[in-house]
Parts: sequence; C-alpha cells; structure tokens
Amino acid sequence: MSATPVSVAAEAAEAQPLSRGRVGMWCLIVAESAIFLIFIVAYLFYMGKSLDGPTPREILTVPVITTICLLSSSATMHWATAALRQGKQTAFRLFWFVTFALGAIFLIGTGREWHHFIYQENFTIHTNLFGSTYYSLVGLHATHVAVGLIALGTVLLLALLGKVKQEHSERCEILAMYWHFVDAIWVVVFTVVYGLGR
Amino acid sequence: MATDSIAIPLPRTASRSVVLDWLCTVDHKKIGIMYIVYALIFLVIMGCEAILMRIQLARPESTFLNAEAFNRLFTMHGTTGIFFVAMPMLFGFGNYFVPLMIGARDMAFPRVNAFSFWMTAFGGILLYASFFSGGSLLHGGSAPAVGWFAYAPLTAPAFSPGHGTDFWILALLVAGVGSIGAGVNFVATVLCMRCPGMTLGKMPLFAWMNLVTGAMVLVAISPLTAAQLMLIGDRFLGSHFFDPAAGGQPVMWMHFFWIFGHPEVYILIIPSFAFISEILPVFSRKAIFGYPAMVAATAGIGFISLGVWAHHMFTVGMPSYGNAFFVLTTMVVAVPTGIKIFNWLATLWGGKIRFATPMLFCIAFLFQFLIGGLTGIMLATAPFDWQLHDSYFVVAHFHYIIVGGILFAIFAAFYYWFPKMTGRMLSETLGKWHFWIMVIGFHLTFDFMHVPGLLGMPRRIYTYQAGRGWGVWNMISSIGVIFQAAAILIFVYNLVHSYFKGALAGNDPWDAWTLEWATTSPPPDYNFDAVPVVRSRRPLWDIKHPEDPDWKYE
Repeated sequence: MSATPVSVAAEAAEAQPLSRGRVGMWCLIVAESAIFLIFIVAYLFYMGKSLDGPTPREILTVPVITTICLLSSSATMHWATAALRQGKQTAFRLFWFVTFALGAIFLIGTGREWHHFIYQENFTIHTNLFGSTYYSLVGLHATHVAVGLIALGTVLLLALLGKVKQEHSERCEILAMYWHFVDAIWVVVFTVVYGLGR
Repeated sequence: MATDSIAIPLPRTASRSVVLDWLCTVDHKKIGIMYIVYALIFLVIMGCEAILMRIQLARPESTFLNAEAFNRLFTMHGTTGIFFVAMPMLFGFGNYFVPLMIGARDMAFPRVNAFSFWMTAFGGILLYASFFSGGSLLHGGSAPAVGWFAYAPLTAPAFSPGHGTDFWILALLVAGVGSIGAGVNFVATVLCMRCPGMTLGKMPLFAWMNLVTGAMVLVAISPLTAAQLMLIGDRFLGSHFFDPAAGGQPVMWMHFFWIFGHPEVYILIIPSFAFISEILPVFSRKAIFGYPAMVAATAGIGFISLGVWAHHMFTVGMPSYGNAFFVLTTMVVAVPTGIKIFNWLATLWGGKIRFATPMLFCIAFLFQFLIGGLTGIMLATAPFDWQLHDSYFVVAHFHYIIVGGILFAIFAAFYYWFPKMTGRMLSETLGKWHFWIMVIGFHLTFDFMHVPGLLGMPRRIYTYQAGRGWGVWNMISSIGVIFQAAAILIFVYNLVHSYFKGALAGNDPWDAWTLEWATTSPPPDYNFDAVPVVRSRRPLWDIKHPEDPDWKYE
C-alpha cells in the first residue's frame, strides 16, 4: 500500500472556505427553482386560455392570513437558528415550534381552500386549464411545505428530547435555508396566482 | 459510543458479504464502477436494439419487424442511450475520478451519491420492465412507442393506451431524481472538497468540466421532471396541460422537453471534453494549451446551451424573430466549441505524440466531433432545417456527436483509466483492433446515413419503398453495424480478459500528471495515505521534476 509520496500537508488544518452542506442546499434550491419555473411558465402561458369557467376572478379569494403566517415563519425560523447558535435552548425550541405551527396553519389553509373548491365549487384539476395549472402549481408548493414540515417536525421532536445542541446549529441553518426558499417561492406563486392571474 | 475503536475488516470468504459490500457501499470508487458496469450492460442492450432496426432498414419493404415493434425499438434505443448509457457512464467516470483528482477522500455527500446511483439503476430497470408487461414479449410487451422525446398529444391516453408511456415517464422521473442528486454532489464536491493548495485555477480541467456539468444538470434535468409531472397529471388525473381539446397546447411539451433536451446534449459532451482534455496532454507530453480559455469556453458553452432549445422546433411555425434568435444563439455555441478544438490542436502541436490506444480514440474524437459540429451548424440554419428536419440527415448528425464524439471519448477514458481502476492494463493489441474496426464501422454507418437524409428519407419510418434511391445507402449503413458490433465484442472481451490476465499497471503507467496517479492502482478506500498538497496544475510533474516545477511558471 505504498503510494507515490505527495508532500504531506503541513498546514492540513487549512479551513475549508465553503460548507458543503450549504453548497448542497443551494444546489437543491437551484434545481427546485427550475421545477417551479416550468410550472409558473405554464400558469402564465395558460392564463385566460381556459375554454370554460370558472375563472380565477370568480372563485379565488386572496389567502391573506395564511400568507402572513407563512412569511412570518421565516422570521421566527431566523430567530430560532440564531438562538441555537448562541446556545439559548428555550428560545430555540419556542421559535422552532412557532415556525412549525405557522407552517402547519398555512398548509391547513391550503387544504381548506381546496376542500371548498372541490366540494362547494365543483372545481377540480380536471375542470379546465385554470384548474390544471392552479392545482399543480399551488400543490407543488404545498408539497414543499409538507416536506418542510416533516423535517421541521423531526427536528422539533429531537429538540424536545434534548438531542439538538449548539453544535447542530449549522445543520439547522441548512434546513432553515430550505424553509426560507419555500417561503420565498410562495411570494412568487402568490403574485402569479392571486395577483397577475386574478 | 465507542467511535474511536477501529473496526478491523475480517477476511471476506463468503461471496454474500462481497455482494452486500457492493450493495451497501457509499464509496465513490465502487459507485463509479457500478455506474460504469451498469451503463456497459445497457450499451450492449441498446446496441442490440440498433442491430434489429438496421436489419429491418437494410432492404426496402422488409418484413423483419412490424411497425409497432420498430416504434418500440427506436424509443427504447434513444431513451436507453441518453439516460441509461451515456449519463451513467459519464457520471461513473466523474464519480471515480473527480475526488481522486482534487485529492479528496470521497464525494461531498457519499450517501446521496449511493442514493443517486440506485435511483438511476431503478429507473433503467423500470423502463425495461415494460417489455414484460402486457402483450407478448415477441412484439415488445408494452414497451413505450412514442419516441425518445414523446411529443404530445401522442402521449395522451387516447393515442397511447396501455402503460408503455407510463413506464417511460416514471423511469425518467426516477432517473431524473438520481441525476439531480449527482449534480448536487459534483458541484459540492468540486467547490468544497479540494485538497490544500488546489485553488479553482489549479484544478484539473476534468474537475472544472464536471463542475459545469453538475450545475447544468441542476437547471436542465429539473424542467424534464416538471414536464413529466404534468404529463402524469394529464394521463392519470385528467389535467389538460397538453390536451388540445381543452385548450392545452402540445407545443408547450416541445418547449419543456427541449429546454431540457438540448442542454442534455451538453451535459453529455462536456464530460467527454473532460476526458479529452486530460488524455490529449499526457499523450502529447505537453501541458494543456490555453487552460483559462478552456475553462471560460466550458462555462460559456454551459451558459449559452440553456438558450438554444427551440432550434429543435424550427418547423412548428415560430415567429420569424423566434427563429432568428435561436439560429443566432445556436451559432454562438460554435465559438467556445471552436476555441476548445483549437486548444486541443495547439496541445498536439509540437508535442511528442504517443499513439497509444487512448490517444487514437482522442484523435478520432477531434475529427468526428468537428464534423458532427459542422452538420450541427448546417441544421442550425432555419431554412436548411426546414428542408431536412426529421430526416436521416439529423439522425446521422446526432449520432456523429453521440457515437463519434461521446462514445469515442468514453472508449479513450476506458483505455486511459482502466489501469487505475483495476491495477491492470487493457491489451494494446486488442485496443488497436477495437479502434480501427470501430472507426471503419462508425464511418460506414454514419457517413453514408447523411445521404438518404439529403434524398428525403424521414427518420422513424419502419420501412420504405424500393426505387426511392435509399436502398444502397441503408445497406451500407447496416453493413457498418456488423463492424461496430465486432468492435464492441472485442472491447468487452478486452475488458474481461485484461481484468484477470492484463499486464500489471503500477501506479502511473502513462507517466501522467494529475493526482489520481499518485496513489496505488486500484486506490485504497481512503484514496491517499496523506492529504496531498499541490502548488500547480500538474502536481505529479512537480514531484517528478523538482528541479523545474510547474509552479514557477504558472
């Protein structure tokens, strides 16, 4: 097992400038953004091209409360990770829980909206082009919220068991990057679906 | 937690533990080899599909295959070739050599790496499971028959009943997830795992090009995933994305597919450039010419290739400014590509060239890729494309790139790196037989395939009438396949024979300069005894020539 000698690392402890976790998460965010981009393009392209009703103006109501919930969850998430970095366990658990709860409220809101459309308005993915693009785009986002909630819930459970320590703050921050992305993309989806599309 | 105790590996006698070892591995080298072996198996399968099609087309009005079976074969041949041969093969070499070349212990995310491989593997198995579902195996079961780009509305349930198209969608969706994982891994590995001293500007071009490929995978494969999700919605949930009856537009599928499909070509060719850029200098005994220009050209190709997709769609009736835009962007790609060709030629110029088998394949690559690129420029001209769209000229063009370019680069990589991966040399004699027979077969098949295209033969027809003047050309193309098949058989025999009986390679059989040759062949699990420190782009040159190291000049 003798390798050709390569000069030994004298300064082997040279700090890596980039965290692979953060780079990896950025990559995932880029890939996810490309998926969203295609669905958003489809939404914009098919806007107003449905052959029958209902139209967005007829049935969509702007989800103000749940949007406020989701967007403020980014702030609480930021406070949670900042608290963990400083080792403030109680604040971390509290803010992390609030983030989880706000995300859950958002998801419940989307669920109620869909339930209303499907059972009261008879409006499904099959109804028209608006239905196809609306359910797929909002559903894609809701799927991301749901995945985020599963991850957040796992961390919450571990935190309540006392397993999340200060040294895990980097990992929690990487998860937070995903959550911020889910929030940021909602700004775009919201603008397209409830702003331009209506 | 006894994390500091070192597990001493017991001698493995049971074959079961060896199998488990491979199934559960997260080692980049084992995963790389699994990618490569997996791709080789599918290379043989897709080759068999091509043979069947060429037998059918050799003579006019042949009844060897029926139309349905022919449709299935070209769909499976194309899909397999892109997703389950070329991509895994290139990812395999990238997986094996990117960490070694940058002096790392492994990829950035070893478990994601294993996950990516198994997703890709599962995708391929899923695609081929379609043969065994429904219908009779003789006529291809219910294999997809919609072509590798599966244009809407042919994929609608009304026109593609059964589950062939569903197998196609799911296989690509699953494999796409694997590819995105691999892309994430390549970018993170190159950006975060380099050994001390290896700045971005001192990285081997191989690592640079895999970095660009990884980034392209992220932005190019995702649109395909999105489009497949929409198609699943159309087929199973009753959405109307590509359904003209409800106002949906099939042309949207074309855009979504090709915004993936064209960058995909560059996802395949850039790692091939990476092979050439490592192998050519070693066999010319010169450092690569114009390293910064090569890096810039690679990034340029990656960027521009994201804006050329609709040159596949000149015949659908885009507005004239749309056509003009895509003609221009497509032609602009030729500029950085030309820079690369000239840099490779300048690397050869004045070099002390050794014509070993890897070098032969590289030189053939230069010629063939150039010709394939030039027919690409011809097709990028919209009026010319109106004439030849979906003709055999196009088929000949892209096979020139994929076989004459990518596959030849892959062969070069096999002959160059097989010694590192196995510790044994591939036979040079068999290698030269492989090379010359492959060159003859390739040119017989694909040079002459341009002609029936110019004479108006459309692609994807399962037969043609006698008296169209296409018969002779098709016969020549089919004869070429005999040579190509023979060459592949020699190659596979060489791989198997040399694995057991080949000459021992030693650490550095080619007197090369990148870090993978600094460790043993095959490398130990941990790659390097000590973390290497580099000061130039050719760290092994510096070690071998301490009196005249590269870092004095860079």
